[in-house]
Order: sequence, then structure tokens, then C-alpha cells
Amino acid sequence: MHIVDGALSSPVLISGAVLSAIGVFIGLKKMDYDHLPLVGVLASVFFIASYIHLPLGFSSVHLIMNGLLGIILGWVAFPALLVALLLQVIFFGFGGLLVLGVNTLNIALPAVLIYYLCYKGVRNDSPKIAAIWGAVGGAGAIFITALMVAFALALSGESFVLAAKAVLPAHIPIMVIEGFVSYAAVYLIHTVKPEFISKGSN
Amino acid sequence: MSQSLEHSLTSWSGQALKHQNSWIDGIDARVRVVCSTLFALVVVSSHSFTPTLLGLFCAFLLVKASKLNIKRTLRRVVAMDLFMLTLICILPFTTPGDAMFTVFSLTASWQGLLHALLITVKANAVLLVLFSLVATMSASTLGHALAHLKVPDKLVHLMLFMVRYLDVISQEYKKMRRAMQARAFVLRTNRHTWKSIGYLFGMLLIRSVERAERISDAMKCRGFCGRYYLNDEMKIRSIDWIFAIVFISFLILLIGLNIDGLFK
Repeated sequence: MHIVDGALSSPVLISGAVLSAIGVFIGLKKMDYDHLPLVGVLASVFFIASYIHLPLGFSSVHLIMNGLLGIILGWVAFPALLVALLLQVIFFGFGGLLVLGVNTLNIALPAVLIYYLCYKGVRNDSPKIAAIWGAVGGAGAIFITALMVAFALALSGESFVLAAKAVLPAHIPIMVIEGFVSYAAVYLIHTVKPEFISKGSN
Repeated sequence: MSQSLEHSLTSWSGQALKHQNSWIDGIDARVRVVCSTLFALVVVSSHSFTPTLLGLFCAFLLVKASKLNIKRTLRRVVAMDLFMLTLICILPFTTPGDAMFTVFSLTASWQGLLHALLITVKANAVLLVLFSLVATMSASTLGHALAHLKVPDKLVHLMLFMVRYLDVISQEYKKMRRAMQARAFVLRTNRHTWKSIGYLFGMLLIRSVERAERISDAMKCRGFCGRYYLNDEMKIRSIDWIFAIVFISFLILLIGLNIDGLFK
């Protein structure tokens, strides 16, 4: 998931950084100081989620949950994920410093796209329908993320094309799991605290 | 197996890496942040082995100087190097060049292997420098340093909030997991697991949003008007200058080695 330093070519690194910076700028514009505690706590929840390892056959995968984060936070997902990834790089060593822009873009842009795609659906009155939209969002975000990772690798050189082709099938099990988990999470939120979904976005 | 991994990673108290005090702790936080960023820039954009290996060597020296706990540091680096191993396996086959050996009519090339090794060296060097220079300060010091370096205020605030609440949320998460374990829940590859984890996640979200509301109310009660004030005066002293000058001259040496490599 995390691309490491040194693998990507400089044009990819620079364009990733610039696009992420724009996203973060828009996100910061949309977030005022009043929302800081909410955004900070939500970002921490997603940080913790990425350490939930689910077994998959003989190996395990970790949740990403950028789809749900996008549905809840919208553009604010950009700064939230940038900070989360920065902390992961510095204190855990996942990813790299210069690829931070590309990694942020790969995870946050799908989140924003899912926000626009599933915004209405998740706010449906019926918990079942809302949960299905949540599942679509969860799986869809992983799909877009995988596509973008593959794209970033393929653009960086001929020799990475095979690795790029391997990224998509490798993410299919994660997509399925994330879909189910998002379904259950949205369903629960709808039954326990329906006002949260309609409120959390503004 | 996956469980032990999970628990070793969720316990983070927002603190610096465990290490003994060293002279690196005395250096200004801003200088350390700027130096490691420049280091990453120079090393990642290097083309040949000499400057990157020299960079890795310098990273080892810094790790030694900052008295990092070697075992913990290694564990973090190994996690990344496992990923690099797949890269080392793939790249030789996909890069055209002189044949090293052939498996099933696929040819592994020396160029590919060298490329993969170069990436590994770069990634390791950058990480080790980050660990020794930046991760040795507490996350809130890092936040203040970034604020003094003119990083947008809101971003720094967000980071400070996250650093504070990561621990709280991870405790909440562990509490819920323990409750599930007490009811004999075991993670497996089936829909029941995914549903339960989804419920866990949803509950975690709800609880943390409620907590965020309480936090923000409590902060307003105490006169929080939307921002933290950074009261610490960060002063650049002579030792900071010396460190910065030595470090930057080393980086200039690395750049020089690169240019030489280009003209060969």
C-alpha cells in the first residue's frame, strides 16, 4: 500500500505532491477551528483502523477505510490523511518522506470521490440501502486507490509495469473485506445513532 | 500471529522513540526537521551507488549518535525491508539488461537487481535519518517545530490533536477488543468476523464523535477560542549552526558525487 522512497520517478513525485497540496489547501479552507476536535478524533480512529489486521487465509490484511472517512469528512480527508501518514512515516517507518504527497493523493482522492458518489446514498432513510451504499463506498475507494497506486508505479518506468499489474489483483480480497466491514459499520451507525451521518459532514 | 502484530502496533503513546539522551536531543527541533528533509531530497534524487551508500553510512552514524534502541529501530526497518524484498524479486525480471540467470525462459538482469538494491539503500537511509533526527523528539515538539517553520496553523493543530487522541482511541479500541475476546471471539476469514469488526469500527466512530463533542465543550468551558498558543521560544544556538553547517556540507558533497557520476 505504502510506496517507499526512491521507487518513483521525480515527475510523479512532484505532481503527486502538488496535487496533494491543492487537496490539503481545499480541505483546510473547508475546516474551521471549531471542527478541529472532531476531525482530529476521527483521523485518529482511522489511524487505529489501519492497525486492525484481519486474517486472510495464511496471511493478513489491514483495513484502510478511506471510503468511510471520505463519506464522513469530504475534502477534509486530505489534511487528516496527510497528518496520519506523516505520523506513520516518522514514528513507524511506513512509506517514505518524499512520497508522502503521492501516498496522500492515492488514499485521499478516492475518499473525496466516494464522498461525492455516495453522499446521498449513505443518507438514505432505510439502514439497509444506506449500508449497501457504504459497502459500495468502502470497496470502491480501495479499487480507486489500487488503480492510482498502479498508475503511479507504471508512470515511473517500464520496469514497474509488472508490479503495477500485480497491484490490482492483490487488492481484490481487501476490497471484498472492506466492503463487508463498511456495510456493517454504516448499518450499525444508522441504527444506533442516525443523526451522526447527517451531521458529521457539515 | 496476526494478533501479536496488531497489539505491538496499536500501543503508541504519542511519545518519541525510546532512546537514551544524546547530544542530538540538544539540537534545535527545526534544524533537525529541515536537515532530514534536505537529506531525503538529496539521497532520493541520487543516481549512483556512491552517494547513496555514503548517505546510508551517515544514517548509521546518526542512529549510533542518537543512541536509539537498536532492537526497536531494526524491527521498524525490517517491516519495510520485507516489502523491498518483493521488489528485489520482481525488478530483475522486468528490467532489460545483461542476463544474470534464467528461470522458465524469464531472464533476470543485473541492471534490475542493482536498481532494486539502489531503491532499498535509499529508502533505508531516509528512514534511519528520520528515526534518529525526527522520531527522537516527542510528537508535540515536532508539531511546534513545524508551526515555527510556517506550516499552516490548522494542519499543526490537527496533528497535535491527533497525537493527543491516538492513545485515547487506541485504548478504547483495545477495551472493546478485550470485551469481544472475553466472549470468545476469534478473528477468522469469514463474514461473521467482518461483520463484527464492522460493528466494532462503527461503535468506535460513534464513541469517538461523542468524545470529540465532550472535548470541545470542555475546552470551550476553559476559554478555548479555537487555537493553541505556542509559547515556547525556539532559539538557534551555536551548536545548531555547527550541526547544520556540517550536515549541509555533507549533503553538498553528496550532490557533488552525483554530478561526477553524471559526466562519467
